[in-house]
Amino acid sequence: MTATEFQPAKTEVRQPILQARNLVKTFGRVVGLDGVSLDLYPGEVLAIIGDNGAGKSTLIKCLTGAEVPDSGELKVSGQTVHFKRPQDARVHGIETVYQNLAVSPALDVASNLFLGREERLPGPLGKIFRVLDTKGMRRKAKEELTRLGISTLQDVTVPVENLSGGQRQAVAVARAAAFGSKVVVLDEPTAALGVRESNQVLQLVRDLRDRGLPVILISHNMPHVFDVADRIHIQRLGKCAATITPQSHSMTDAVAIMTGAATA
Amino acid sequence: MTQQQTAGPPAAGHADPAEEFLDRQTPLSRIRNILHRYPALSPAIVLLVAVVVFGLLNERFLRVENLSLITQQVSVVGTLAIAQTLIILTAGIDLSVGAVMILASMVVAQLAVGSGTPAPLALLLGLIVGLAAGALNGFLVTRFRLPPFIVTLGTLNIFIAVTLLYSGGSTVRGSAMPGLLTWMGSTFPVGPVRISTGVVMMLLLYIAVAFILGKTAWGRHVYAVGDDKEAARLAGIPVNRVLMSVYLAAGAVLAIGAWIQIGRTNAASPNAGVDLNLDSITAVVIGGTSLFGGRGSIWGSLLGALIVGVFRNGLSLAGLDVLYQTLAVGVLIILAVSIDQWIRKVKS
Repeated sequence: MTATEFQPAKTEVRQPILQARNLVKTFGRVVGLDGVSLDLYPGEVLAIIGDNGAGKSTLIKCLTGAEVPDSGELKVSGQTVHFKRPQDARVHGIETVYQNLAVSPALDVASNLFLGREERLPGPLGKIFRVLDTKGMRRKAKEELTRLGISTLQDVTVPVENLSGGQRQAVAVARAAAFGSKVVVLDEPTAALGVRESNQVLQLVRDLRDRGLPVILISHNMPHVFDVADRIHIQRLGKCAATITPQSHSMTDAVAIMTGAATA
Repeated sequence: MTQQQTAGPPAAGHADPAEEFLDRQTPLSRIRNILHRYPALSPAIVLLVAVVVFGLLNERFLRVENLSLITQQVSVVGTLAIAQTLIILTAGIDLSVGAVMILASMVVAQLAVGSGTPAPLALLLGLIVGLAAGALNGFLVTRFRLPPFIVTLGTLNIFIAVTLLYSGGSTVRGSAMPGLLTWMGSTFPVGPVRISTGVVMMLLLYIAVAFILGKTAWGRHVYAVGDDKEAARLAGIPVNRVLMSVYLAAGAVLAIGAWIQIGRTNAASPNAGVDLNLDSITAVVIGGTSLFGGRGSIWGSLLGALIVGVFRNGLSLAGLDVLYQTLAVGVLIILAVSIDQWIRKVKS
């Protein structure tokens, strides 16, 4: 692996928040991942690019608990972890926004933010009758959106399906970034969006990074990747072909590495 | 090599086509948005119009005795519709609701009359039969990932056969049963109206299920699973556990439906309720719950059941042949599903 050394912005040596070492994942005779390693540092946007079948999705699924790697090691903040299901990753603060599967359209914005971690009313009403604290969740949803700097969502009681594509994606990103998560993984967040909406989402990604939240971004869209990424991990044939930065390489170089026409 | 633009038309001239679309509010789209927000609204309007029209056609229709009769006629289908709504909300469908109810009613009646089991114990065993039937459906849907339509088509036949084998095809008369079993058929006066215990039981079930669906996390998870199963799973919802619990809850509701059915018909017959399956689906669909899951309200199903009851009763009072009742119900179903499709276009 001939990667360009990543120089952290600050001088002190930083510990990666998320570390993967030699991940291997096979599906029958097909090798999805062939010994992939990856480091994610605090406050950076790490893009993962690669051709179809290069192992991008498999890598992400292994990092987020959607797949269990055959071998290899995962560390969160230096501590070894084993994810068997997405909830395990979530417990460790790794939140994922999956392509096209981000939200429940018929539920409102607040319900979506709290989906799977609903809060109940205090007292017997919540304990015995398990009544949800709808008002409280709406209030917290608003606070959380303000904190994340998401201004496109004013009304948290609107069903998500009434929102535009960019706003929906914002809901999904907000859910991933809210409530003390450590890492946000975005799978093709701009794939279905128009130009302006894409820019909104990319701005959101930068905002998250500026608030110190590291982001892993999977994308096919080279301009988007080169726009927001601090480092770029290039997958090819189940391996990491190179890790580059937008400063060290051009888009043409990246595509050449991706397709095997060049090495970094 | 660079994919400069993602999907969507080039934004020539317009700032953002999507936003412009959102801002463009015609009266029609405003109506659609309101209907979309309150799924029980359109069946409520239909019910109101139907009651007014039938009241004008025949002055007997609006008499309290007749209205009380309609509620009693609706009590069984209305109860089945609760179970059906829960399952349809998860984007499933249950063709076996009628068969489960009949099976439970036969077990309760046979136990109480044939083997002299105390009535409360017989009812409890009926509840267990309902739960077991729900568990079987739920197990097949979650473990073997079979489509609910196929699973319940199969169990429909299984339950019918088991019912006939168990009962030997014979009917148990209400007069032979202990009073508790036929209690749901008894009526009590409320002012000028006579209300049956079965109707009260049905309404209590609606209140309970409406509360659970609207106010608890479980209810929200039911909607989320029906809306988008994969999204729900990725949000950390135990999809299979939710589905299983929905089928179990439906089974329990069906067992209570069996009790109401025994009271309403004053008998337990293995041949009763052949139409009940489809009637329950009809009520749910007319009530505005989407067959695609994730959208609808339990009160809509009550309104749907009432609409069917009102149409049948009103048309027969208007002196029309029974065939026209069936025809009207058919038209209602297609109208309801068309409206649902139209409302769902809000999405795009």
